[in-house]
Amino acid sequence: MTPFTGKNEALENKMIGDDIVFKIDGVDVRGRIGQTIMEAADDAGIHIPRLCDVEGLDPQGSCRVCTVKINGRTAASCTQPVADGINVENRTPEIQEYRRDLVRMLFHEGNHLCPACEASGRCELQALGTDFGILQPDKYPYLQPSRPVDASHHDVMLDTNRCIRCGRCIRASAHVDHKNVFGYVGRGINKQVGVNGTDLAHTNAAVTDKAMEIGICPVGCIIQKRVGFFAPIGARRFDKEPITGKK
Amino acid sequence: MKKKIATVSLAGCFGCHMSLLDIDERILELLKLAEFERSPVNDIKKFRGRCDVGLVEGGCCNEENVHTLLSFRQNCDVLVGVGQCAVMGGLPVMRNAIMHSDEPLKDCLETAYLNSPYVYNPTNDIPNDPALPLILDKVYTCSEVVKMDYLIPGCPPTGDVLWQTLTALLGGNLAGLPKDIVKFD
Repeated sequence: MTPFTGKNEALENKMIGDDIVFKIDGVDVRGRIGQTIMEAADDAGIHIPRLCDVEGLDPQGSCRVCTVKINGRTAASCTQPVADGINVENRTPEIQEYRRDLVRMLFHEGNHLCPACEASGRCELQALGTDFGILQPDKYPYLQPSRPVDASHHDVMLDTNRCIRCGRCIRASAHVDHKNVFGYVGRGINKQVGVNGTDLAHTNAAVTDKAMEIGICPVGCIIQKRVGFFAPIGARRFDKEPITGKK
Repeated sequence: MKKKIATVSLAGCFGCHMSLLDIDERILELLKLAEFERSPVNDIKKFRGRCDVGLVEGGCCNEENVHTLLSFRQNCDVLVGVGQCAVMGGLPVMRNAIMHSDEPLKDCLETAYLNSPYVYNPTNDIPNDPALPLILDKVYTCSEVVKMDYLIPGCPPTGDVLWQTLTALLGGNLAGLPKDIVKFD
């Protein structure tokens, strides 16, 4: 197998929009030049798990849950463009174990109290946790960090205990709302999503922003006030269908 | 001979025990396979012999919880943590992280008994009777205290999950649970 170098001779003669064929887990998938692997997989009905990527926003490739192996090398499928003839490993036990560990670490890094969270049942982190069959919590220690809750805004509350720093709110606020309400602050384990002001009430955030929309925050960090528990148990997003889209 | 099941609620709310009753009429089938030993179900408070399966609800927030959990480990062949509190501490574990203080336990007790706006406490005492088990510095999950053989998440795990867990364990082995019935809430 030739190592994937990012250069592809067959590709150089092609234009954006041209059809190409590559393989995901041995199955032929058609894509177009300019698409990412995840977009082509979505079009083909093949699910690749993801957290920091959501439809309608630019991909960022930071959570690495969508990691696949391309000709033997790992890459984030949400940012990696398709190329002719590449061989993508998606649902192999090795890749699934990487992803399971990434999701586990996210659970252990914050304070994720599913029973007390109003995003429970529509939380993508929780849905991935159950999809990966995470039962044993003793692989990593719980960090139990002290993180603030910002309830200053009239319509929106931020419970940063649940933040996984996926940056979806940052991209929605910057690229869709053109407000830059959110941004990363700090580095490494101390990296957090901060707001552009002393607290959320002192920014120009509004509940009608794309960034505050239900479904932009994959967990229960951005919570719209006076909407809580709008769907009863049994009728919530992931009660009806698992995150992989297949029952 | 019938197998023996022991159950206990440590720092939990007895919700998982309520959920055990949600197996409904299957409890008759369960009692054909096994009988309850030390359990709140029959109010037996001490182990009288070895048990096959121990179900533990809740984590450890005081000294007594730790002693009870240790006695469960000593007396049960298979120890199963049931529910989010046993698995990761659940709601009681909020006291570990939420108190932004160097002395979280002191802050927690003072908030509960002295400083909250709706507290009526004319003597200004924090309960400290020798009969009360000593509260731990923080809430510990079951697997931080003893080796747990299985952990079943859920708040509570549904009757179906508990039924499948118990029948599999009484039958010899729990190979796993179907994804669509296991929930974290």
